[in-house]
Amino acid sequence: MTLLQTVPEWTATAPAIVLAVTGLVLLLIDTIDPDTSSNGVLAGTATLGSLTAGGIAGWFLTQGTGMESTGGAITLYGDALVVDGMSLFFTLIFTSVAAMVSVASYDYLAGRRYQGEFYSLVLFATTGMTLMAMSNSLATVFVSLELASLPSYALVAFLKKNRGSIEAGLKYFLIGALSSAVFAFGISLVFAVTGSLLLPDIAANLSVGSDLVGVLGLGVLMIAGGFAFKTASVPFHFWAPEAYEGAPAPVSAFLSSASKAAGFAVAFRVFTVAFPLGTVTTLSGGSVDWSLLFAVLAVVTMTLGNFAAATQENVKRMLAYSSIGHAGYALIGLAAITVDGGVANGDVLGASMAHLLVYGFMNTGAFLFIAMVEKWGIGRTFADYNGIASKAPIAATAMTVFMFSLAGLPPFGGFVSKYALFYSAIESGFWWLAAVGAVNSALSLFYYSRVVKAMWIEEPSKSLEIGSQPVGLYVAIIFAAVGTVLLLPGFQPVIETAQTVAAALF
Amino acid sequence: MIIEALIAVTFLAALVTFVLPDRYAGKAAFALSLVPVVGSLFMWQQYDASGNALLGGTAAFETDVVWLQLGQYDLHWMVGVDGISMPLIVLTTILSTLAIVSAWTPIAERQSQFFGLMLFMEANLLGVFTALDFFVWFIFWEAVLVPMYFLIGVWGGPRRKYAAIKFFVYTNIASLVMFIGFISLVFGLGDSISSLRLPEIAQALQAGQLGGFAGLSAGALASVAFIAMFFGFAVKVPVAPLHTWLPDAHVEAPTPVSVMLAGVLLKMGTYALLRFNFTMLPETARSFALPIALLAVASVIYGALLALAQQDLKRIVAYSSVSSMGYVILGLIAYTTYGVGGATFQMVAHGLISGLMFMAVGVIYNTTHTRMVTDMSGMADRMPVTAGIFVAGAFGYMGLPLMAGFAAEFFIFKGAFESTVMEAMPLFTGAAMFGIVIVAGYLLFAMQRTLFGPFKFDGDYEITKAPFHDVAPLAVLLLLTIVLGVSPDIFFTMIQDAVNPILELGGAF
Repeated sequence: MTLLQTVPEWTATAPAIVLAVTGLVLLLIDTIDPDTSSNGVLAGTATLGSLTAGGIAGWFLTQGTGMESTGGAITLYGDALVVDGMSLFFTLIFTSVAAMVSVASYDYLAGRRYQGEFYSLVLFATTGMTLMAMSNSLATVFVSLELASLPSYALVAFLKKNRGSIEAGLKYFLIGALSSAVFAFGISLVFAVTGSLLLPDIAANLSVGSDLVGVLGLGVLMIAGGFAFKTASVPFHFWAPEAYEGAPAPVSAFLSSASKAAGFAVAFRVFTVAFPLGTVTTLSGGSVDWSLLFAVLAVVTMTLGNFAAATQENVKRMLAYSSIGHAGYALIGLAAITVDGGVANGDVLGASMAHLLVYGFMNTGAFLFIAMVEKWGIGRTFADYNGIASKAPIAATAMTVFMFSLAGLPPFGGFVSKYALFYSAIESGFWWLAAVGAVNSALSLFYYSRVVKAMWIEEPSKSLEIGSQPVGLYVAIIFAAVGTVLLLPGFQPVIETAQTVAAALF
Repeated sequence: MIIEALIAVTFLAALVTFVLPDRYAGKAAFALSLVPVVGSLFMWQQYDASGNALLGGTAAFETDVVWLQLGQYDLHWMVGVDGISMPLIVLTTILSTLAIVSAWTPIAERQSQFFGLMLFMEANLLGVFTALDFFVWFIFWEAVLVPMYFLIGVWGGPRRKYAAIKFFVYTNIASLVMFIGFISLVFGLGDSISSLRLPEIAQALQAGQLGGFAGLSAGALASVAFIAMFFGFAVKVPVAPLHTWLPDAHVEAPTPVSVMLAGVLLKMGTYALLRFNFTMLPETARSFALPIALLAVASVIYGALLALAQQDLKRIVAYSSVSSMGYVILGLIAYTTYGVGGATFQMVAHGLISGLMFMAVGVIYNTTHTRMVTDMSGMADRMPVTAGIFVAGAFGYMGLPLMAGFAAEFFIFKGAFESTVMEAMPLFTGAAMFGIVIVAGYLLFAMQRTLFGPFKFDGDYEITKAPFHDVAPLAVLLLLTIVLGVSPDIFFTMIQDAVNPILELGGAF
């Protein structure tokens, strides 16, 4: 009997509980003495909470909690939540991003108001994401998606005196509300057809057969729209550049890495568990082939994101569009799932998850570097980045690592995770999808290397003054850079875990 | 584990140098770079490989562990050394150290970054020459581009941005084409391989396991893959007419970087050609013998003629690399012991001599701040030691007996004349030999006008003797050139041992 078998099953949700409690503790700390600026305590608490949650998730993952080795997924609360390898894997992504963002925010928030609220909003949003990854019912999917989204709206609009921030927050909120409505309507349509909200029950009811294939198809399409919003995929992507650009840079990092991963977590589960390809493509009244839908979305998303990124003059906006491009790569995970003789091959799904983990490090790091540049007050265009390396070589080196890794250049983690993703797609027979991805990836080197060129090779156009050396930002950026590099040699456990937990979904 | 240690120590040295204050960086980089030198010499002393690592031979210091299990093909961390890679490893470590010393004078700003990047590049180069798994090899191969991009782009001459980007774009596109070519071979092999280890792939290809893919027959697939890989590597070599990035990169790069570029980076191309094209697809190579020999001769003659037309000393040396690397291609396509062995030997010899020449030009430039032949005359009066070494190096380039260049060219020509790859091979060899005449022409021309005659200098700088640490690396390189020329067997026996299995393939050669 291991420890995990002696404690009650609800303890499997410990990462989410720790995150939620940390969020409350942060509010408590802020309440005790709201006037003094106890930024260090707040940032420390938030980081500690995220790291603890991440540590627990990692420990669960190595112990096999909710995985086949210890008796399969743990379902709780009338099957509304499920703790399995995939939810833990994604929790690891959310918590590492949250920890990096919390550490970095220590410097970014210095001298600003509402610090306690900022950290607790981050922690609550992370809780929502963790719950999204654990959702086993369309109702919990919806609720946890809102729990993750509402704090995000506030975080985007956090710079109350900055018009860009307010505008971004409003735009994000409006499109978020709209897509929530679409999503909820999709859920109701699916409920109308199948009579259930629990994902496994939906699949079971579908396999019995239904005459309302058209309604189901519409429902699936609308649900996919909801996910497209959360993951910043075409056609619900247009909020992303505005929101990422207007938001405080640590929030952009948080949204484009963790929030996007959460969207994928829940999309992966809903589509593979509730609408298994083997079932929905062989319905009596027709077929709902969502893999084709995602293949089209993947191609359009990555191409649009990359081409738009290539034309930007603003580094933060370029990263925002490139983040859309990366959503396209991750979508390959859903698009290239194959059903061979009734057995689905989820290798590509696992590769997509592994890419999201690497992405969590490199993309968070890149946005945090922008947070640092914002703190220095240097500016946002490529020209403003000229010559940064001569003043801050360590940070510029880290940024170079992020850029080349995002472009998929060796010897960084992004290279091997992209390789795994494209290779798995080819193995599933979707070589054209991999080819489009590879071409896009090659194209992306153009705009990523512009940042590198500006930092290292161009001379600063005006006198470049770098004020303070923000410790927290440096720690977070270097941590992300080391993670990005180490994920190349250490990729085996990541991809192995990802593919194992992905296979458990089918 | 000694290879891993060598690479790791070099990476670590790069990291340490990168964060050191500028004042100490140069000296520290030199001291740290001695560790890989000693390590590679120790490897050489302990060397016990036999045969060709790709063709069933035993590689020295081999490690083979599974790194990534992904679908059908496992990725292995596989490194090892055979007679082809061992000389190149020694060349890499020694030339890196000397290049670092030669950087003390010209590199005046952001030193810690410069020296850190040099060591980072060295580590990746060591990886290129030791990796025996395609994936690992490709990571190192691509990773070399990154430091080179910065080294040219940050510390280069006035047109450095253009040169750096041109270099990056050219070689990166070439790598992609090569990658596609190789991967199509892998798909053609299908289930007969379980990993991307080069020995496994080479042996599966030898065993005739290549099948068709995507509508192409096995033969057509081999041809397509051969052409794609040849193109990718030929850009790196560079073979005319794919050489246009090289003069730009060389002229803009600071001296130590030119040394590494000509001395080691170009060898990546020929090394890969030998390992991939000529070892894995010998039949296809033979069927392309005519165009390849044409390209080789074109590189030799055209490169030499271009060098003859230059007024910039550095450009002269840069174009002469195109010419010298043409000999390597000629030796490879000859498919004889002396041809392929001589080509490998020429990689090392050219590494030493071109390094020597670039450094000598660099030393002259450090003092005169010009490289134009028309700006100076009679430099031997003021910098006798530098001039003497320059002359000696030029003689080495021309193939003066008892110097490494002579041995290499002799082997290549002997091998090319013996070649039975095609009827016209002696004709091509004769044409290529004419290159020697042009080489002698442009080098004598350049020396006569810059070094000798009455002293004349169009510039405001005082011409003084070069400091000791500028000349010392030149002297070491000259010494090594002579040692290798007097006793080519230091490397040639081990090279032959690794080359012969390639020639036994098919028995027809």
